[in-house]
Amino acid sequence: MSEQNLYGLMAEFDTPTALVGAARQARDAGYRRMDAYSPIPIEELHEALGLPTTKLPLIVAGGALVGALAGFGLQTWASTVAYPLNIGGRPLLSWPSFIPPTFETTVLFAAFAAVFGMLALNGLPMPYHPVFNASRFAMASRDRFFLCIESRDPKFNRDGTRAFLQGLGSREVSDVEA
Amino acid sequence: MSNTSETPTPGGAIAEAKRAFIAPGHSFATVTDKISSIVLTQKFSLGWLAGLAVSGALASLLLVAVGNLFARGIGIWGNNIPVGWAFDITNFVWWIGIGHAGTLISAILLLLRQQWRTSINRFAEAMTLFAVACAGMFPLIHVGRPWLAYWLMPIPNTMGIWPQFRSPLIWDVFAVSTYATVSLLFWFVGLIPDLATLRDRTPSKVARFIYGIFALGWRGSAMHWHRYETAYLLLAGLATPLVISVHTVVSFDFAVSLVPGWHTTVFPPYFVAGAIYSGFAMVLTLAIPIRAAYGLGDFITRRHLDVMAKVMLSTGLIVAYGYGMEAFMSWYSGNHYERYMMWNRMTGPYWWAYWCLILTNIAIPQLLWVRRVRANVIALWLLAIVINIGMWLERFVIIVTSLHRDFLPSSWGMYTPTMWDWMTFVGTIGLFLTLLFLFIRFLPMISIFEMRTMVPGARVTEEGDRG
Repeated sequence: MSEQNLYGLMAEFDTPTALVGAARQARDAGYRRMDAYSPIPIEELHEALGLPTTKLPLIVAGGALVGALAGFGLQTWASTVAYPLNIGGRPLLSWPSFIPPTFETTVLFAAFAAVFGMLALNGLPMPYHPVFNASRFAMASRDRFFLCIESRDPKFNRDGTRAFLQGLGSREVSDVEA
Repeated sequence: MSNTSETPTPGGAIAEAKRAFIAPGHSFATVTDKISSIVLTQKFSLGWLAGLAVSGALASLLLVAVGNLFARGIGIWGNNIPVGWAFDITNFVWWIGIGHAGTLISAILLLLRQQWRTSINRFAEAMTLFAVACAGMFPLIHVGRPWLAYWLMPIPNTMGIWPQFRSPLIWDVFAVSTYATVSLLFWFVGLIPDLATLRDRTPSKVARFIYGIFALGWRGSAMHWHRYETAYLLLAGLATPLVISVHTVVSFDFAVSLVPGWHTTVFPPYFVAGAIYSGFAMVLTLAIPIRAAYGLGDFITRRHLDVMAKVMLSTGLIVAYGYGMEAFMSWYSGNHYERYMMWNRMTGPYWWAYWCLILTNIAIPQLLWVRRVRANVIALWLLAIVINIGMWLERFVIIVTSLHRDFLPSSWGMYTPTMWDWMTFVGTIGLFLTLLFLFIRFLPMISIFEMRTMVPGARVTEEGDRG
């Protein structure tokens, strides 16, 4: 396999502790283009890899705002402009009674923003990804922890990086085809 | 690392307490294999097939009942003025209340960091979805002309008319449809990592393809997990006020009207407490046999059952307070109609329903104070069923006894359910159980990835963590 066909090198670990330690050492060694794969969320991993904090909460806040305006706006427009009904002389813009549906549309739009925002930022759905080519990668959804240093990393060097990963106490280091 | 170095090692006291909710000796691999094997095993057990057959038969009663309803109209039911809402709204409120426990377990207990929710949340969320599906059907078939049910939604139309947004019935449309949608999203998001596990572990090509499609290509990347956990937490934060709002709005259907017995301010809190009460009763009703059938005692431990029994006991007491306040206020208000309504509930033609309600919902559940009753799985299961019946009776009493004798004695009447009423109700139980049987066979009924976080060794310990 030539360097061009190589997506990266994948090291396998037994425990979350080992993975976090390895991620930290790889970062200290200057590697940046890498990702870790685990069967459970690991809080420390995010910081060990130096990943940014997600912008998702802002997207959700935006969704909530749009939902609130859309819900309240729809009711206001329908009750005052499109279909005004005089019921016992009560005001057409009887806003307190519009609050429950406004609350519901706020939650609805925010929930859509949370789910579809998360999927979009994660680039999912993505049925194919090179890491699935790694021979033992199916274990990443069971009980194994993986660190993949990608070949596009400026510091990547097939033999040097392999030796580095082996030195981190991994069980096995394998090639990942692009 | 100041924050992580305080994390106890697996031998620490906190880890010890955590383990009580999962039997000792489990690892990432055993948890994964045990839960996924229920789904991935090739054979269909005889018990499962029999259960599906019975619930499928009951569900087909629903088809017959609704088919006849569509052909002949709601005259086949027993409800008529003055009792315009009867079985359909009773069943609607009952089902939607049952759903509430699922959201409580998955969202509110997540925010409160109650570790024990982990082994029951998936299953309870599925129960929510199926219960809401059953609930949603009743208002739609109750409108009489179900093909016009879309008039409930704010859709531009050639008639130029819009829904009446000042009506709690329209609020209900928004609340229930939002609740159904958000519950589905929450459930699906929770399933994504587990679907990836099934995709990676199934021996069947077809199953791998199907699970693969729904797993969306999940690969457990660190950044993905970070966004995922953020999204999950935000969804929990959104679902928490939502679930409170849904039963509040359902109670507004009654409380905003002027009917004696409905027009009370205590309804929203007591409806919400009642919803959680009935929901936990349903979780126990289903979890106890499933736990026995699939040998899941390691994950749904006796401590889970004990905790759920305590939640039932406390919400049951809130409900008891609600009944007490209802009776007290109708006397204290000095209002003739209110006083008569209460007296009629207790001694009128439906006295049996009221006293059965007090018996099943208030008196018998007091047995839950006794530790030995909570520790006895069979007794707990029977109590849960009694509470399910009690909560159904509650809605029946509120709806029928309030409507059948209101202000004018000349318009009093009686309601007796017909066989079609019963068939529709039993049919929805069949539909609910059918969906549940399919769910436990084809999807992991316990969240695998969250169970993995419960095993010793899931936490990063100091040695890998430079300070």
